Order: sequence, then C-alpha cells, then structure tokens
Amino acid sequence: MDKEQVKDMLEILTGAVGVSGDEREPAEITAGYLEPYVTRLHRDSFGNVIGFKEGTGGPGAPSLLVAAHIDEIGAMVSRLEKGFVRFSAVGGLDPRTLLGQAVEIHGRRRCRGVIGATPPHLLTEKERKKELRIEDLFIDLGMDPEGVEAQIRVGDYISLVRPLLTMAGGNIASGKALDNRAGVVAMIVCAAELVDIRHFCRIYFVGTAQEEVGVRGAIVASYGLSPDLAVAIDVTHGLSPGVAEEDGFGLGEGPVVGVGPNFHPRLVERVRTVAREYCLPYQVEPVPGPASTDSRAIQVSREGIPGILLSIPLRYMHSTVETLNLDDVLLTGRLLAGFARSIDTDLVEGLTCI
Amino acid sequence: MYLELLSNLPGVSGDEGAVRRAIVDLLTGEDAPDPPLTIRTDTLGNLLVHKQGRHRGPRIMLAAHMDEVGLMVTTIKESGQLQFKPVGGIDPRVLVSKVVKVGEQLIPGVIGSKAIHLQKREERKKPYTLEQLYLDIGAGGKEEALELVKPGDYASFDTALVPLGDGYVRGKAFDDRAGCAVLVELLLMESELSFDAAFTVQEEVGSRGAAVAAYSLQPELALVIEGTMASDTPGTAPDFTITRLGHGPALSFMDRSFIADRRLWQQLITVAEERGLPYQHRRFAGGGTDAGAVALSREGVKTAVVAVPCRYIHTPHSVMKISDLKDTVSLIKAWFESGVRI
Amino acid sequence: MENLLKLLTEAFGPSGEESEVAALIEQKIRGAVDHLYTDKLGNLVAVRQGPSPRIVISAHMDEIGVIITHIDDQGFARLAPVGGVLPHQLVGQRVRLKQGRVGVVYHEKIKNLKELDWPRLYLDLGAEKQVEEIRIGDLAVLEQPFVNAGGRFLAKAMDNRAGCAVLIEALRRLPREIPQELCFVFSVQEEVGLRGARTAAYHLKPDFGLAVDVTRVGDTPKAPLMAVALGKGAAIKVKDSSVITHPIVRQLMIDTAEQHNIPYQLEILERGGTDAGVIHLSREGVPTGALSIPCRYVHTPSEMVDPADLKAAVELLKKLCTSNWPV
Repeated sequence: MDKEQVKDMLEILTGAVGVSGDEREPAEITAGYLEPYVTRLHRDSFGNVIGFKEGTGGPGAPSLLVAAHIDEIGAMVSRLEKGFVRFSAVGGLDPRTLLGQAVEIHGRRRCRGVIGATPPHLLTEKERKKELRIEDLFIDLGMDPEGVEAQIRVGDYISLVRPLLTMAGGNIASGKALDNRAGVVAMIVCAAELVDIRHFCRIYFVGTAQEEVGVRGAIVASYGLSPDLAVAIDVTHGLSPGVAEEDGFGLGEGPVVGVGPNFHPRLVERVRTVAREYCLPYQVEPVPGPASTDSRAIQVSREGIPGILLSIPLRYMHSTVETLNLDDVLLTGRLLAGFARSIDTDLVEGLTCI
Repeated sequence: MYLELLSNLPGVSGDEGAVRRAIVDLLTGEDAPDPPLTIRTDTLGNLLVHKQGRHRGPRIMLAAHMDEVGLMVTTIKESGQLQFKPVGGIDPRVLVSKVVKVGEQLIPGVIGSKAIHLQKREERKKPYTLEQLYLDIGAGGKEEALELVKPGDYASFDTALVPLGDGYVRGKAFDDRAGCAVLVELLLMESELSFDAAFTVQEEVGSRGAAVAAYSLQPELALVIEGTMASDTPGTAPDFTITRLGHGPALSFMDRSFIADRRLWQQLITVAEERGLPYQHRRFAGGGTDAGAVALSREGVKTAVVAVPCRYIHTPHSVMKISDLKDTVSLIKAWFESGVRI
Repeated sequence: MENLLKLLTEAFGPSGEESEVAALIEQKIRGAVDHLYTDKLGNLVAVRQGPSPRIVISAHMDEIGVIITHIDDQGFARLAPVGGVLPHQLVGQRVRLKQGRVGVVYHEKIKNLKELDWPRLYLDLGAEKQVEEIRIGDLAVLEQPFVNAGGRFLAKAMDNRAGCAVLIEALRRLPREIPQELCFVFSVQEEVGLRGARTAAYHLKPDFGLAVDVTRVGDTPKAPLMAVALGKGAAIKVKDSSVITHPIVRQLMIDTAEQHNIPYQLEILERGGTDAGVIHLSREGVPTGALSIPCRYVHTPSEMVDPADLKAAVELLKKLCTSNWPV
C-alpha cells in the first residue's frame, strides 16, 4: 500500500458517520477494506467488527488481537426547544471548539445544521469572559418548530461535519474522526502487508465500538476472543505550540510505542527490535497510569492479556481539524505487520516468566 | 526480618520484578516449607502461590500488592535533567529534595527545584507543582543522560529501612511490602487451611493485577492484606486518626472500592475478641484497595481487608510498629484456626 | 401499589446491608417464581423459567445512607457517606440504624455553609457515652415516612424501591406461559458503583439485559436541561454516563409502548448510571436497555414519583416480558 491509498481510505472513512453507539457506517467500510485479507468477518452484538485470519501455525498457534476503535466523538439530541436543538456530548467533546461548527442530525431524515450560541453583543462583559459550556450551545436547523418536531427526537445522533483536507504537498491530512480512523487504516495497511508476509500466529483484526465513552467495545471483544496477546492502535498527541515536550510527538517521525504498566515489557522490546530490523523510525511514549486507549481494558480481561500500544501522532485531538502525517499511518501499519510476523510460541510462552 | 529485605527493593507499578524475584527466593530458599509451595506467575507479573494446609476448607485467596508508588521519566531535557510523571498517587509536596534510583541500573538521582533565593515572594507562597520539579542524575547534557537512562524508566525512592525508637521502623513502600511480609510469613509457617496467595502488581494504578489474579484463582473468600494510613499524629483530632500504630491490625468496614462482606468482617472481629488479639477499626471510608477488584471478580467474592497501620504512606519515609505486623499474622492464623465458616 | 411502595421505601437497606429489603421482596414474590435465591454478594435472584433467550431484569434494592466511622466518649458518632449523599441534606435530618435506634445529624459550629463537609458533621443518637449497641461500621439510613402528597408519592429510598415495586407488580401479573426465561435481579450496592448487578450478570449469562431504576427530571424551576417530566409516562433510556442503550432493545421498548398505548418519554441523563452500565459489558457483551421512573429530588430524604408513571412502567415491563425478543 502507498500513501495515496492511505489518503483515499482516510477520506472515505472520515466521511463516514460513527458516533459511539452507532458504528454501522465505519464498520461496514472497515469490513469492506479488510475482506480481501481475512478468512472470516462478522459483527458482534456490541457493534465491534471482527476479521479473522489464520496463520501458518494453524489453529494451535498463538492468537493476536489487533484493536483499532471505529467510533468517533459526537453528540445526541437531549431536548427540543422552540425549534432549536439542545444536545448532550458523546465522548470528550470540547465545547469551546464547537461554536459555528457544521453538524448533521440523524433524525427521521438527515438534517444539516450549525451550532450556535447567544451572540457576544448580547452578553455582559463578565459572561463573555467565561468559557462556553454545552448548556450554552444549541443547534439551528433552519426549520420551524413543527418541522423540527416532525424530524427530530430525543436520542438522535449528531455528527460533526468536516471533509478531509490535505496540506503540505499531500503529506499532511486534516479533518474530523482521524481519531481513530487513522488507526483503522493502519490496521488495514497491516492486513494488506501480511498478504506477502508469512506469519505463524492467528490474527483477529477488530474495529472496536464505543472507545470514546469508556473503551467499552474492547472490554467485550477481548473477553469474547480471549487472545494470547494484543496490540491496540490509536492516536496520541502531536507536538504543537502549547503542548509540553513530554506530552507531544513529532509528526512524520513514525509510530509511537507506549511503555509503562499497561504494556508487557517483553512485547515492547520485541516491537522495538522489529522496528530496528526493518529500519522503521519510532518514538517512545511513557504512560505512567492507565492508558486512555483500548489497551487499558484488554490487559485486564479474563486472566490478563499482554499487549502493546502503537499510536499515531495527531495534533488538535477531539476537534474537527485533527491533523496528522500520512507517512505515520503507513509506518504504523508496516511496523505492526513486522511485529505480527515475529510472533511465535516461544515469545508467548516467555511472557509469564518475567 | 522479611520486611527489611522487601521494603528496600524498588518496585514501582509495572516494574515489580525485583520484589517478585526476592519473594520467590524467600519461598524456595532455606526456610522453604515442606511440602513445597506451588508457584507460578501470570502475564501481568502477579505471583500466585498455593499453600497446602492441614485441611482444605473453602477456596481462600490472600492478597498483598508488590508495587509501590514512584516516578516515571518522560523526557530528557537538553541540559541533561529528566522530567517525570508520578506513577500512582503522590503528593508533589513530598518530592522536593529527595533521592531516588532511576532505571534498570538504579542510577542515583535527586529531585531538584529552583533555589529559594531565586524565588519571588509569590512563588514562595505556593507549593511546588510536578511541572516545576525535575530529576538530576548529574548528567552534563541530554546525550550523557541517555547513556544512563531513557524515557519510560521508572524511579523509586532511595530509602533503606532503619529501626526507630522502641519497636518501630522507618522505611519506604510499607504500603504494601508490609502485606507482602505478612503473606510470606504465612506461607512459610504451617497452616491450618490451604489457601492461595496472590502477590499482585499494579495496585497503585487501579488494582489491575488483583483483577486478573482473582479471575484466575476463583476464590470463595478473600482477604486483602494492606499497609494503610495512620494519622495518630499532631494536628489530627482523635475523631479522624483512621488507624493508630501499636493497636494491632486494622479492619476495614468499607473504602471507596468496596464494602466489606458484613459476615466475614464480623467473623474477624469475633475471632480477635475471642482470642484476645489486638485489632482496631480503620475509621475511614475513603481510599481504595485490591479488595474492590477482588470482590467483583466473576460471580462475586466475599472479601475483607486486614491492614497494618503505617504513618506517612506514599512518601519516601513511612513509620510502622513491628508488633502490628506480628499481630496481623496472628489474627489471620487465628482466623484459619477458627475454620472460616461463612 | 401505594401500600407496597410504602412498605418498601420505609425498609432499611443501605448499600452493603440489603437483607431486610430482600426478605420483604422475597415474601411478596415467593409464589410467583420458579427459583428464588440469594447469591454471594447478596443479590436476590428470582427466575421464571422459559425457553431461550434469557433476559435479566435488574432493579437495585439498596439505598444511600451513612456509616459510622468513629464514636467519641460522649457518644457522638462521626459519619462517612454511603453512595451519593450530600452533607447539607443531612443537617437536622434523622437517621436510623439497623436495630432501630434513631438519631439526628448536625454540624459543628461553622462560619459559613461552604464549610459544611463530612468532617464537620456528627450524629447524635441520644447516648451519653459509648454504648454496646452502637458500633463503628454500623450503617444508617435516612428516616422519613412515606407520604401521599396530593396524589404523588414522597419517600426516602424511592431510588430504587420504586423500581423494585415495578418489578414485583409486573412479576405478579405475568401469565402462566412466557415466551422466554426471565431472571429478575434485585441487586445490591448499586449506589456505590453498580457492584451487585455486575456479578449477577456474570453469573446468569443473559442474552439481554434491562435495568429498571429512577431517573432525574427537568420539569422543576430552573432544572438542568432534560426532556423528562414527572407524570408523562415511563422513560426509555437512550444514554447516561454508564451506557448507550442497545438499539435493538431500545426499539423493542418504543415499539411495545406505542403498540399498547403506554405513555413513554425518551431519556438522556447527563450524569449518572444504572445497573445497565455493567450488565451490557458483562462477558462478551449483553444488549441492554433501561426503563426509568421519573423522580424528583433524587438522593434526598424526599424523593417524589407519580403513580401514573409507575403504572406505565409496570405495564411496559409486563408487555416486554411477554413480547418476543429477537433471538
């Protein structure tokens, strides 16, 4: 796979709507992309999409779970108010980024709208200085109250609208839901790479649901599949003004490997060795507490599932201008493929003897 | 004393290897019991030990966590100093001008801050925040530092256990090496009942080890052995001391993570009173322990907490009384002898 | 319903000590179920056998309360909250211990109300010294009788004895033949973190889950923005902090309500959770919904519900029990 294909997939995947709890669109697209590379595909009752590929080791070989969440942050209609729509956040929305944002409400039909608030002219000096809260915002659909009530009801999903934009000669992409459609694309890149690479382990490629509301899809998927080891793919903070050096990672400098209590030290060592072997650049992110990714849930499933986290650096997380370097997505997929190839019985058996 | 050996070792959450190896050595060394213990580890690093007793009884799990709070190196500055983040709950005020050991090679380092002379009047009025502090390992620059340490390395307090006053000790990580020491003693002595001991990892970052250990052991009853807060110190009204040193093991009725199984809790009180063993209540409903994760494992586990009182937990220097450790061993032993029928 | 609710709400059942409530419920439903048992954590499980699928219907029986953390020489007790109790709601409030002893909570001398926090509160049980029958670790509940206030019901512990009552009433009205297996769980320790339902769901391995609990409303002066109102019917939950309800279950609930003309409203609860939060994440995932009873002043000594909503909830639950759930 090349950068152009990565961009095309991102364009289609970020154009899909998959607010936590209703991931049907991204699940279908992900399934479509995975289909040529896997032997079985299904969706579980929770909304996770699962592709399975047998390895050369057959049914007795160790199994690897690759998890990339397919959901995105968004909102839900909480109340209709004289033709305007009040809403409740789904996932970690930053209300300060929302004013003037184009949205769609998925009611009886899809309705376009824009997020508004009381104009600054009508606020007191003191009120203007306060940050916007969700309660201050509403959605304007340009319809009369009867029209709104006919189309929209409490609980309808609201998605943010932003077509993917490329910059800097096509290396940089910016848009919504790159957290974590970028991770999903890296997973697909890995699946594609593995067509020509023999791998011993059996692999479950899982697009997880409801990560943004508490890594919920990963909780049930890891219990259900009960793999021997796991890799979560997600995004991490890119370096930008105002982000401390210790919290941000350079765009274009390769995937970020998590180190810390959530990750198995032997597997971390293995992925670093693989990166050196294939001459792939990588960065290291110390994660001292529970990771804010699927890794957190997978590690403590059942009797414990050892794993690692690969992250793609991304600026302005949880906004509609999330920005990343396409090379990082590609490199993450390749590193993951190399890691999958390196898994054998010895590695897995050695994981308890630390 | 096992406590001295265990408490001196570094073992920040996620990096419990040294403590785990030391416990295995103790359990298989010259004091090893006969018949020998069955010992295994899991992928998170929990150490799971089966002890055969004179009688089978119900499936009992005794748990103590091996990890301690500490630091993790995040970045190395051009100047050679290290930035860090806490692992587990640490009050930043205790960190300034302390000594730590960093990374696998246990490189000594100090936690520095701006000299008081250079601080403006307003600065002096505020406690240090974590962002203002850094680790100094004496490296002249980033490259020199990278030869010794790397981002992601753990750092633990550099504290050696010393006796203090009359029957007291001072040291680090009594939360929960005290519990580990109790558990080691129980494993090495003859036991009335068979039980599983879990030396768990990652308690300080959310009882992650205990969750998988309990899932794997499937106990019917569980006792979590902790080192807990004592605030029998000046400035605390008697109503709020939580626990007191020298008054025996503390029993929790509840904390943030769990409510003690009322019958098991009552049974421990009854055993203590009937045998005339000292005990006290942990008079506080906050704080969390492995009990929360264990109690909610699978179909639920009747769980209680027995804790050794320690002053100044989560700092480089805690203080505890040795008699409390011994009394904790005695209470659990007596509980076994009572038959633990629930 | 009114009598049942009075009986249930006036019973003693703080998180961790629910046995009195469990005994009451057991009495009311014993003849109406095939199996009845209490599990390790104290959940009361009532099973109506039937063909698959198996549905777990959970209502928690615990209530918020306080626990004694210290008793001084004069007999004054210090308290910690059990569940989401706010200190200012306890000032001057009577509380009751399991053995029946009643006392009043008050505060030390304070300069302004902001200082009102747990360390400043104490419980006066009328004792002049430490006495045998009041011990550290004793739990207490708010002491407040059930009242019919102009047709609406006011009581402590309406959260969630109202839900328990709905389960009991629906259970007692079920036909002899039901198209699926129903496991009614009266769960423990919901108020301290959805604990009982979690282990019960693990044990029962259901195909579907349904939690019945109270929810907040947005129909009082300057209430937070919320579409649910008292008296407008049973609420079908869409989302709270613990769960996004499964579309299949949600749709089944909406369709059932519309088909039988049962008044309902859709609910989004900004902050708060129910047993559904843990049931839906049990094992490999359980499609789960939640049926809510609108309730004003949740977590105060006087929680208010409307009998019309209770009736709608019983009706909807009964119809759901006899509807065909998708296999």
